[in-house]
Amino acid sequence: MTTDLYQEMDKTRARRTRSGTSASGPASTVAQTAGVKSAPKPAVSLKEHIVEIVSDSGEGAQRCGQSFGAVAARIGNGIWTVEIIPAEIQPPARSIAGASGNRVRLASHRVTNGGDEADLVVAFNEQVLLSRVRAGEIKPNGIVLLENKWRNDGNAAIAASYAQVCEELSSAGYRLYEIPMEEECVKYVPDPRRGKNMFALGMLCSIYSLDLDLAREQVRFVFRKKDEKVIDLNLELLAAGHAWADANLDLKFVIPAVRPREPQVVMNGNTALALGVVASGMEVCAMYPITPATSASHYLSDIFEKVGCVVHQAEDEIAACTFAIGASYAGKCAVTITSGPGLSLKQEALGLAVMSEIPLVVVNVQRGGPSTGQPTKVEQGDLLAACFGGHGDAPKVVMAASSIEDCFYSIVMARKIAETFNMVVVVLSDASLATAQQPFPRPHFNEDWLAPPINQSPVPDGAKPYDWDSRTGLASRFIPGQPNGMHCLTGLAHDRDSHVAYDPEVNQEGIRHRSLKLAALQKTLKAPTLYGDSEGDLLLVGWGSTRGAIEEAVERLRAEDLRVSSMHLKFLQPMASGIRELLQRFEKVMAIENNWCDSLDDELIAEDNRRYSNLAWLLRARYLVDVDCWGEVRGQPLKPGAIVRAARRKLEQR
Amino acid sequence: MTVPLTQCLLRLIDENYTLTDYQSDIAPRWCTGCGDNSILTAVQRLCRDEQLPPEKTVVVSGIGCSSRFPHYMNAYGFHGLHGRALPVAEGIKLRRPDLHVFVTTGDGDCCSIGAAHWIHAIRYNMDMTVLLHDNEVYGLTKMQASPTSPRGLKSNTTPRGALLDPLNPLTVTLGVPNVSFVAQAVDWIPEVLFNIIAQAYRHKGFSFVRVLQRCPEFMDHRFDPWVQDPSKMRLLVHADGVQLKPDISRIYRNQETHDPTDLHRAREVASLTEEIPVGVLYRNSAVPCYEDLREGERPNTPGLIRTVLNEEFDKVTIWPEDGGATAPAE
Repeated sequence: MTTDLYQEMDKTRARRTRSGTSASGPASTVAQTAGVKSAPKPAVSLKEHIVEIVSDSGEGAQRCGQSFGAVAARIGNGIWTVEIIPAEIQPPARSIAGASGNRVRLASHRVTNGGDEADLVVAFNEQVLLSRVRAGEIKPNGIVLLENKWRNDGNAAIAASYAQVCEELSSAGYRLYEIPMEEECVKYVPDPRRGKNMFALGMLCSIYSLDLDLAREQVRFVFRKKDEKVIDLNLELLAAGHAWADANLDLKFVIPAVRPREPQVVMNGNTALALGVVASGMEVCAMYPITPATSASHYLSDIFEKVGCVVHQAEDEIAACTFAIGASYAGKCAVTITSGPGLSLKQEALGLAVMSEIPLVVVNVQRGGPSTGQPTKVEQGDLLAACFGGHGDAPKVVMAASSIEDCFYSIVMARKIAETFNMVVVVLSDASLATAQQPFPRPHFNEDWLAPPINQSPVPDGAKPYDWDSRTGLASRFIPGQPNGMHCLTGLAHDRDSHVAYDPEVNQEGIRHRSLKLAALQKTLKAPTLYGDSEGDLLLVGWGSTRGAIEEAVERLRAEDLRVSSMHLKFLQPMASGIRELLQRFEKVMAIENNWCDSLDDELIAEDNRRYSNLAWLLRARYLVDVDCWGEVRGQPLKPGAIVRAARRKLEQR
Repeated sequence: MTVPLTQCLLRLIDENYTLTDYQSDIAPRWCTGCGDNSILTAVQRLCRDEQLPPEKTVVVSGIGCSSRFPHYMNAYGFHGLHGRALPVAEGIKLRRPDLHVFVTTGDGDCCSIGAAHWIHAIRYNMDMTVLLHDNEVYGLTKMQASPTSPRGLKSNTTPRGALLDPLNPLTVTLGVPNVSFVAQAVDWIPEVLFNIIAQAYRHKGFSFVRVLQRCPEFMDHRFDPWVQDPSKMRLLVHADGVQLKPDISRIYRNQETHDPTDLHRAREVASLTEEIPVGVLYRNSAVPCYEDLREGERPNTPGLIRTVLNEEFDKVTIWPEDGGATAPAE
């Protein structure tokens, strides 16, 4: 494809600039020219496609992508959406760092992760497109729909950059379509920068044969807080995009959908966390704003007061944690929601809650670390900090959510454990789950999820605030207001009366009982089930948000007749019984994590200095099994394809 | 059903709390002559006078000599982390406005490591009585300069004398929006100390009392000029503030009639350096309390939780038979 042809096409305003074949579908039909109504195009049936919409921040690509995913979900497609988020609120326009948008993976089956490279991308300028191409996020022969207004931009540098990128991508094999989005939108709206996203949504609905009426409903819903004029305008843009794509594009796909039998809800992980807080009966959430956890608190702030509860934005992370501890101490278990740096700041307070046996739920929506790290990007780097972060011996429960649905139920379960054992329960989520959307069966609320009303009855004579059970370590909890239960809770070493005690026996006894509670909980946990066969050559072990990608990788490997299975851990501390036996049934075991591990390929790295990934450390220490590890810290969710490659390498190793 | 008179009387006696009802079974272990002792006595006397049920009384502290206070009270005590007494107390008060919350904190605890919480606690204006035990030195860690130590103080961390002017807890507190009660007392005039703590307790809001107290171990003689010369003490008196009994009034003749609603004058008085002002500097009952602002209109019942969850799920539900009547997913 030559530049000449581009110019030719520009003159005739033909949109198709390169013929070729998509990996997901056969060759498309003949290019259409603008203004000519075509006969209905035959739709190519696909099992799945990955679509990205990227723009400058504020141009609405995220809203477009989310709406697209929601419409696909409503017809019964499996979906998984991934937000593409710049680190800044207003990054410079037309910059590689500023790409903002959404990836939507839609399929005729259930989708559990964002997949590998995208099949089709809609980009509002060539720079944001370039950022996705350079990151290796677009298939080499993928379809690119690019806003073409830059070709004739008054700024010669911009026009040149645009032309150059177009040429580069075309010669690299991308199927580039230059689309006059603004030119079309300006017919309906004075500032096409606002509204272009709905035009793009219309195009995508046409390309993927999605019901336009459903899309209209979605648009009405998205803009429900705006006035009628705004809604009508966006509906016009939606219809315009749809009509334009019908008339001018040779792209027509259909991804057969199966309507679910049970009602499904579609939401992201942070919304699920917030709803889990409501469903658990907790009454106080104390937090301090931190990315990527904050949107959970935003949503909770919106709905929590409706059930008479409070989101308290404290002056800092430490205050958020100690406020929650105070609320828990005098009432029902409270929750504090944070991300990595916040977890570090809360550690001393968590030690106090452990020491004084105050129930508390701590949610850590992990991001890239250490320090400020990558606030908007995913990483699973906080597992060891969650288990062992504080000073001294501070046993706490650590569990991880592995899907959007799991974000909801994990909170309900965490509250229950916290209050049953008077322990701190850390729930780990991450930036990937926080913003990803996926349908899951609508939960049926159960009153058993709630905490009972707090005990205000008199404490029997002779009862002690720490009447540790010698077998389980469990003790009762006296709540202020209970007559006869007065005692001074303290973070100092204390005896059963809560009296400060430096007696050697007392400290030994206190720590023993607090530790025993973890064992008591462990006895109630079931061994995890394996994905795949129960024995084989390689077992992949993961935790948290990587579940979908790992299991998809296992499926692909098993389709090649490779004897690979996976195990996903919900409880990281304590770990259920039976895990050692499962590990031993496999020739090789490898932890797959979105955190750092040294590579033995590096010259200085050997077995005796290698730093393992978080979970690998834990498994090796506990089970004395030679657990290898593979991970990435690219700030992206792990891709099934990358896991497949890592697993193949491991299988090939002698 | 009528209750026999004797039973009524017995019950009255039973419910009539005496001083010992507020004393724990642990004897205070503060140094002889430490000002903390007189503050403890004043608080116990207040609890007795106000007949606060011990189970409804919570004393929260941080870390430091003064933060041992809750161990010596027969009440619910919370001896937590260094600097973090205030947010713990806020969490308690938010969910349990029925509890009487006291906070005891020291000059290191409140004005140094916990300074951020102090500033914000003033803003929240939650109903609690906060006693700043200010001896102008770190005692528990053995004699280091605190933020309120006088310039020039030789301590283990300032062997050649503290270099900086001290922070003035009164002016800082009076400078924060939403401030609603500020007073100062000294441990060596126990009658007035008690009077001020009682007024602080009765004020609805964040009642901040700085108590200057002697530390015989590390700051012996620090307040001698004021202890020995009552004329250097300025007593703030007012019909809505402290009213002195004749015997006290005869000793402390340096008195100023100060209207506690006068914020400007309160700040001037708070800035005195030669004289120590004692009394209620500022009171504003009109400032709303955070716990009242955040009070839910509806109780958190299982039925309500079910309703709200269903409302939220409805917004994002895909029904098996989509009749177009359901809300789209977000």
